[in-house]
Amino acid sequence: MEIFDNLALGFSVAVTFQNIFYCFVGVLLGTLIGVLPGLGPVPTIAMLLPITFGLPPVSALIMLAGIYYGAQYGGSTTAILINLPGESSSVVTAIDGYQMARKGRAGAALATAALGSFFAGTVATFLLAVFAPPLADLALKFGPPEYFALMVLGLVASVALASGSVFKALAMVVLGILLGLSGQDVYTGTPRFTFDMLELADGIEFVALAMGVFGIGEIVRNLEDEHTRTVMVRKVGGLLLSKDDIKRIIGPILRGTFLGSFLGILPGGGAILSSFAAYSIEKRISSRPQEFGKGAIEAVAAPESANNAGAQTSFIPMLTLGIPSNPVMALMIGALIIQGIVPGPNVVNEQPNLFWGIVASMWIGNLMLVVLNLPLIGIWVRLLTVPYHILFPLIVGFCCIGVYSVNNNAIDVYAMALFGIVGYVLVKLDCEPAPLLWRSICAAPC
Amino acid sequence: MTRLVKSPKDVATGLLLIALAAFFAWQALDLPMGRAIRMGPGYFPMILAGILAVLGLIIVATGIALPMGDDESPIAIAQWPWRALALVTLAVVIFGLGIRPLGLGPSMGIAVFLSALASQKFNLLTGLVSAVVMVAFSWAVFIKGLGLPLPLLGPWLGGY
Repeated sequence: MEIFDNLALGFSVAVTFQNIFYCFVGVLLGTLIGVLPGLGPVPTIAMLLPITFGLPPVSALIMLAGIYYGAQYGGSTTAILINLPGESSSVVTAIDGYQMARKGRAGAALATAALGSFFAGTVATFLLAVFAPPLADLALKFGPPEYFALMVLGLVASVALASGSVFKALAMVVLGILLGLSGQDVYTGTPRFTFDMLELADGIEFVALAMGVFGIGEIVRNLEDEHTRTVMVRKVGGLLLSKDDIKRIIGPILRGTFLGSFLGILPGGGAILSSFAAYSIEKRISSRPQEFGKGAIEAVAAPESANNAGAQTSFIPMLTLGIPSNPVMALMIGALIIQGIVPGPNVVNEQPNLFWGIVASMWIGNLMLVVLNLPLIGIWVRLLTVPYHILFPLIVGFCCIGVYSVNNNAIDVYAMALFGIVGYVLVKLDCEPAPLLWRSICAAPC
Repeated sequence: MTRLVKSPKDVATGLLLIALAAFFAWQALDLPMGRAIRMGPGYFPMILAGILAVLGLIIVATGIALPMGDDESPIAIAQWPWRALALVTLAVVIFGLGIRPLGLGPSMGIAVFLSALASQKFNLLTGLVSAVVMVAFSWAVFIKGLGLPLPLLGPWLGGY
């Protein structure tokens, strides 16, 4: 069985001291930012991109991936305990999870979330291992027409799934490509949109764009209304599930896992869409829909499984086709390019260490997360009391040094400031800024 | 309620996009255009600017014709956190200006302190402590740990 050989190779890569360490750092950071409201995986990964320069590609990707799926675990903790989703994909979990906590069943809700996520993570990792290589082989036969069709499909799907107006989403895609055109023209070397500045000859720095829009812009948005977070931490209570609970959550976890795995592959999909879809399906097929919204354990199990499965399978199109299905994946592609690896079908065959190492590390990371989240829940709860007005100046500082260290170039810092304003204004005008990052895949062939 | 403009937000978005399109088109004017069979560096940007302008026009038109959706909030430009926006931007820009002449220490300290000012819950002590902690942390991680070629104190302050 080739797949077991490959998985063995993957584990041999992932189970080195260095990679286990970075996997741990990743899931720890992911849980941390998932718990802290107002800080999501996108700005965190954007902030850490420059730090990954010094790492080998496998370790860098293992760490960044850990942040993404770790945030899915952490986000559910705050959603359940204080009805404040730390992460947008756990919005649905908050509905019933918080109701369970109010009834004194916070421990059961947390255990359900963690076990559901772990099961979903295991299945989705396995699916990634089974389906990614054949898909990559297929993609190797792709010529320009097939790639063009795939790009169009990706664009259409991401526009269709974007929240809000279709025209605004399309306009953001076009604007993103225009920004990506800055720098020297690939064919003639003519400087384009550089305003006669030598520093812009290589184009606008991807990291500056991502950090400005998702880091600085997000901070300003959070400063809009600084309501005091009154943190009333409830006693977590027993983590053990009763037999009846287990019977009730098996179905939702299975359905959530497969739904999330499927939706994660789609462009524009990923964790957020998966969790919403899983919730509505459970509500529709449940024999007691009246309990939904009042603390139904099914409504915690299904979305939590789905968002973790979706987070994991959204790596499939990124690793096999080089197409990001959501902003986090766009940043991952940025990280790969920074490392000198061109994302696409060749990654699986030419960099088996990288591909299988990431796959194996995902499973290890999920295991670490269960351990991190259940017994250590008390620590995470205490972190909730760190107020945002102490946190955000530090984030600004990290963004500054991070973006400067990419090229040791102050222009990138100014660009980040500018894109911070741009990002904020776009959000205020109901324009989803994520498609701006599409340039990372499209600028090269244009 | 009949008003000329049903959704000011959409109209503003559309106008902004048209302005951006005009800016890019103006920048692309200087570039050789070429022809479709042999595109010059200005060809593709010009086409994209055209598409962007058309999309802007459509959004303006929908803003005039269609009422706002239920979940839409008004732009409420007066309620924007102008102070926070200005201070955070200023902090980042000052970091960029200061990093070479002043070095990492002072520019990081100023940037963190200035952005701390952006919060309504600012108080002097936490602001200063955050700045000092962040300077110490970035020195330890970025200069000592990662070995970035950055002086803690720049040439203006007697560093190298």
